[in-house]
Amino acid sequence: MSQDVLNFIFIGLTFAVYITIAVRSRAASTKEYYVAGGHVSAFANGMATAADWMSAATFISMAGTVAISGYDGSRFLMGWTGGFVLLTVLMVPYLRKFGKATVPDFIGDRYYSKWARGVAVICAIFICMTYIMGQMRGVGVVFSQLFGISIPSGVLIGAAIVFVYAGLGGMKGITYTQVAQYCVMAFSYTIPAIYIAMTLTGNVIPQFGLIGNYTADGELVPFLTKLNNINTDLGFREFTAGSMSKTNMFCITAALMFGTAGLPHVIVRFFTVKNVAAVRKSACWTLAFIAVIYLTAPAIGAFSRVNLIQKLHNCSYEDAPYWFQDFEATGQMAWVDKNGDGKIQYFGPDRSPIKTSSVFLGKAPEYPAYDAPERQRIGEYGQRLLINKADDSNPNELWFGNDIMVMANPYMANLPMWVIALLMAGCIAAALSTAAGLLLVLSTSISHDLMKHIIKPDLSDKEEVGYARGASFVALAVAAYFGINPPSAFIAKTVAFAFGLAASSFFPTLLIGIFSKRMNREGAIAGMLSGITFTIGYIVYFQFLGGKKEDYFLGITPEGIGFIGMLINFIVAFAVSKFTPDPPQDVQDMVERIHIPSGAGEADVH
Amino acid sequence: MDSDTSTIYHRVSLQIRLVLLFIWFTVSYGCGILFRDWLDVHAPRIGEAPFGFWMAQQGSIISFVLILIAYAILMARLDEKHGYREKSEAGK
Repeated sequence: MSQDVLNFIFIGLTFAVYITIAVRSRAASTKEYYVAGGHVSAFANGMATAADWMSAATFISMAGTVAISGYDGSRFLMGWTGGFVLLTVLMVPYLRKFGKATVPDFIGDRYYSKWARGVAVICAIFICMTYIMGQMRGVGVVFSQLFGISIPSGVLIGAAIVFVYAGLGGMKGITYTQVAQYCVMAFSYTIPAIYIAMTLTGNVIPQFGLIGNYTADGELVPFLTKLNNINTDLGFREFTAGSMSKTNMFCITAALMFGTAGLPHVIVRFFTVKNVAAVRKSACWTLAFIAVIYLTAPAIGAFSRVNLIQKLHNCSYEDAPYWFQDFEATGQMAWVDKNGDGKIQYFGPDRSPIKTSSVFLGKAPEYPAYDAPERQRIGEYGQRLLINKADDSNPNELWFGNDIMVMANPYMANLPMWVIALLMAGCIAAALSTAAGLLLVLSTSISHDLMKHIIKPDLSDKEEVGYARGASFVALAVAAYFGINPPSAFIAKTVAFAFGLAASSFFPTLLIGIFSKRMNREGAIAGMLSGITFTIGYIVYFQFLGGKKEDYFLGITPEGIGFIGMLINFIVAFAVSKFTPDPPQDVQDMVERIHIPSGAGEADVH
Repeated sequence: MDSDTSTIYHRVSLQIRLVLLFIWFTVSYGCGILFRDWLDVHAPRIGEAPFGFWMAQQGSIISFVLILIAYAILMARLDEKHGYREKSEAGK
């Protein structure tokens, strides 16, 4: 049986399970559509939230980032887990007690203003859209690999599947489907890691392999020392050393953490459990389930780097493993034979006088059209040729996308076919579950918060669900466009922007709303607007309008600017509230009330 | 509920939070970023990994899980002491 057939069998089976669950628990009312009727156990909710949380960025992109940048990849590892501490300790128990179905609901009521609600809806739309863009890119990468097609076509197929899939269930359907998806993801992520850990380090547990010895050569060397040596031999920085400035590292990690605590689609998850104590328990489960994957990612990253270099460096193209050509075909790996020796060489920046290791000029590989003459498409050794000119300032000949590492990993380690098929199913589960969860929040923001509460209060339940589905469709179309033309070449970075936006808009506003009785609507609106405008402006300027690296504020890259945006939000909010009247007494009483955990009742959808 | 209980409750729960957030900051930003270089050299290695590097990639995540478990347990106790504990049928 061929790999392709096996892939489709695994993916088909998992889909059959998801769809069966979704159809069986199809939402009957708006309340079920949004919060699953508030009847989900802490354990199940934890697992579902973990599946929702672990997106294409986590699943596909993160280990690749660790493989490329070693220590620097820790920003994602810490940033995307540490936020749960903030979220649980500072936010969700109170928001749950407040008992509203969406984040704009809370902001609208706490700040007694339609305008505040409106601004919150806009922020939610921006955050979710940016996030979905990353997911669509991830779906595209997976489908392109699966069918051997280009990424844009992969994105379009993925978008169609997500739409059908997300429209089916509503929150209740999604919750139980996500439980199934978590299981698929956890197995498909850890099984390859265990296999590889055994071959490279003789250790069954990948996390122990990472800190243990490298045994594949016969003699025992500490694994990380081995990896550091491989890196420095080829002109890369040591794996355990970082290249980012401490300020930048700090800001990015902080933006990701505070962003986590302000992400509407995560906060909403905790409205589906029955009381405040269950929220705390559910958060424990969530983080524990997430940790299973996050603790494995650094091991996968490190192992795959060793495998990649051992399999490809100084290997003649004709002898290169078969999968190299598969990845060339989808444009995820490329080889430019600069020195004409027919061998693939992989070198780092320290091998070049001007410290670069770019293989070709331009950002991504570009290929001749399919109907171009053969000599333009296929090189001397049978390799796929690029249009891009070779960059002769350095000897590096191998290019690959960061996002391909996780998928290439089992191939590189010669794992059995069923492991690869399982991984494909896991990748799709990761991207689908998050995209579906996000679409739900996005469509809720539009149908519930915007249409029902601001524009057309007499909306019937049925119309509301209709608007929600319409909004999903438009959102997906936009996301698919940006999945094909992404703001950043790799998924984790695009998703990091979404966190920056959440950190600069929702986190401060929610936090002050919970803990300060004095914060009024003027302060909150001004804070949200200034925070998110600054952050979007910075990202757009440096990612789309060609801002130069030298102009970064304090050397902070756009990924980390959300942290500064957050500080701006806090400062503006407090400053404005000083000069404007206090909130009315009933709002102040309300803030007092949400500090007591009992009597949360069910999430109110009104 | 009289307001005295609720003030004490609020104060104690705030203390629990501050302590946990202090640990949260120390394990991630402290060990993983700010003092990593120093810890890599001076702190005992975890297996064969430098301490700061290990904290950034593994230790901090493990600590986060432990922090949340501690939080759930401590708050449940506090709720019980002040009579805020909900029976399982509460809230339906």
